[in-house]
Amino acid sequence: MGITKEQIAQRIAQELQDGYYVNLGIGIPTLVANYIPDGIDVTLQSENGLLGMGPFPTEEEVDADLINAGKQTITTRPGSAFFNSADSFAMIRGGKVQLTVLGAMEVDQNGNIANWKIPGKMVKGMGGAMDLVASAENIIVAMMHTNKRGDSKLLKNCTLPLTGVNCITKIVTNLGVFEVENGSFVLKERAPGVSVDEIKAATEGSLMATDDVAEMKF
Amino acid sequence: MNKVVRDVEEAIEGIKSGMTLMLGGFGLCGIPEKCIDALSKRPKITDLTCISNNAGVDDFGLGLLLKNHQIKKMISSYVGENDEFERQMLSGELEVELTPQGTLAEKCRAGGAGIPAFFTPTGYGTEIAEGKEVREYNGKKYILEESLVSDFSIVKAWKGDTKGNLVFKATARNFNPVMAMAGKITIAEVEHLVEPGELDPNEIHTPGIFVHRIFEGKNYEKRIEQRTVRKS
Repeated sequence: MGITKEQIAQRIAQELQDGYYVNLGIGIPTLVANYIPDGIDVTLQSENGLLGMGPFPTEEEVDADLINAGKQTITTRPGSAFFNSADSFAMIRGGKVQLTVLGAMEVDQNGNIANWKIPGKMVKGMGGAMDLVASAENIIVAMMHTNKRGDSKLLKNCTLPLTGVNCITKIVTNLGVFEVENGSFVLKERAPGVSVDEIKAATEGSLMATDDVAEMKF
Repeated sequence: MNKVVRDVEEAIEGIKSGMTLMLGGFGLCGIPEKCIDALSKRPKITDLTCISNNAGVDDFGLGLLLKNHQIKKMISSYVGENDEFERQMLSGELEVELTPQGTLAEKCRAGGAGIPAFFTPTGYGTEIAEGKEVREYNGKKYILEESLVSDFSIVKAWKGDTKGNLVFKATARNFNPVMAMAGKITIAEVEHLVEPGELDPNEIHTPGIFVHRIFEGKNYEKRIEQRTVRKS
């Protein structure tokens, strides 16, 4: 139901503004780079130490010393810069990165997010996620609305260990665009062909929605 | 003082069981692969505490030391690429302190800079904050994190001179400069070791004062974890 992962990325790309420094997480967020609107100059920050990330390299350009935070080989754009990990997180904690897009296992109506640990099952670590959500003014969560079992990922209260508290303001899923306001998810746009009732049924957390809410535009 | 050591064996001399090591690198990018390999061939060195952003893969990088059960404790931010690591952690053989990546970097930087602790917003309200002092500054909550220092920091650079000045290449820089700062003894392995004057002082990333031993490694493997290419 709803839109594809690519379309989630495409919708988030509409939030980009000229001059933004942006950190894109692994998964759907990475796809946002494919939809940067023409005429908008955006610099991608990779927290392992690169500003100005370019596309994947050709076979000839592959350099083991040049990777992104997902450990994929990558290239640089003209005007890029390398730096150490402390400087990288100085940019992040210092509020210099204007937009952070990341995935989540759960978000809740108070803007809490959980995306790093499933006790007893997944213990890979938080990487840079806790630093990113602790400081960014402008965080967008990109994720599917429900998990593989079909359960809502927009909850009253996160059940998994938290990554950050009261930090998420906007969520884009395959069903709609949501903002977190006063302890509720507020439906701002719905995915084409998806009704408000369908979105309500798929959302466990408190949802505010008017019947005339607009469809997403691409 | 001559900082240049003959080879990797001389470089790791003095590393003993029970010590705390910092090892540079992000994933397998910029790891001191020569020193790690040499340590894995000294299996009697055990009970190490290793501070490193990641834990290598099963058969390369810190995975080699894990396989030998030489590591007692890991302090890392992300350890997802290593099955043996996950097995040892879940079974309780290996102690693990997962630390947010920016906090880990700052713990090394601060430790090297003589600052014993700092307040950071990262992790406030999460299980990372349990037992840590919380303070509010300008309406925002911060937690107290203690810095780290090591008995030995082991870093990998692209170029270095015999004075210990280092230049890193691309994203292989990552944790290396801040870990170099925080070692009681810092070992640098470099791809190209040159004479003083050959590196431009304007372009030094790590000043030689932070480096105590340096040597040139041969035949770097530089394994790639996620080889991702586009069609040309």
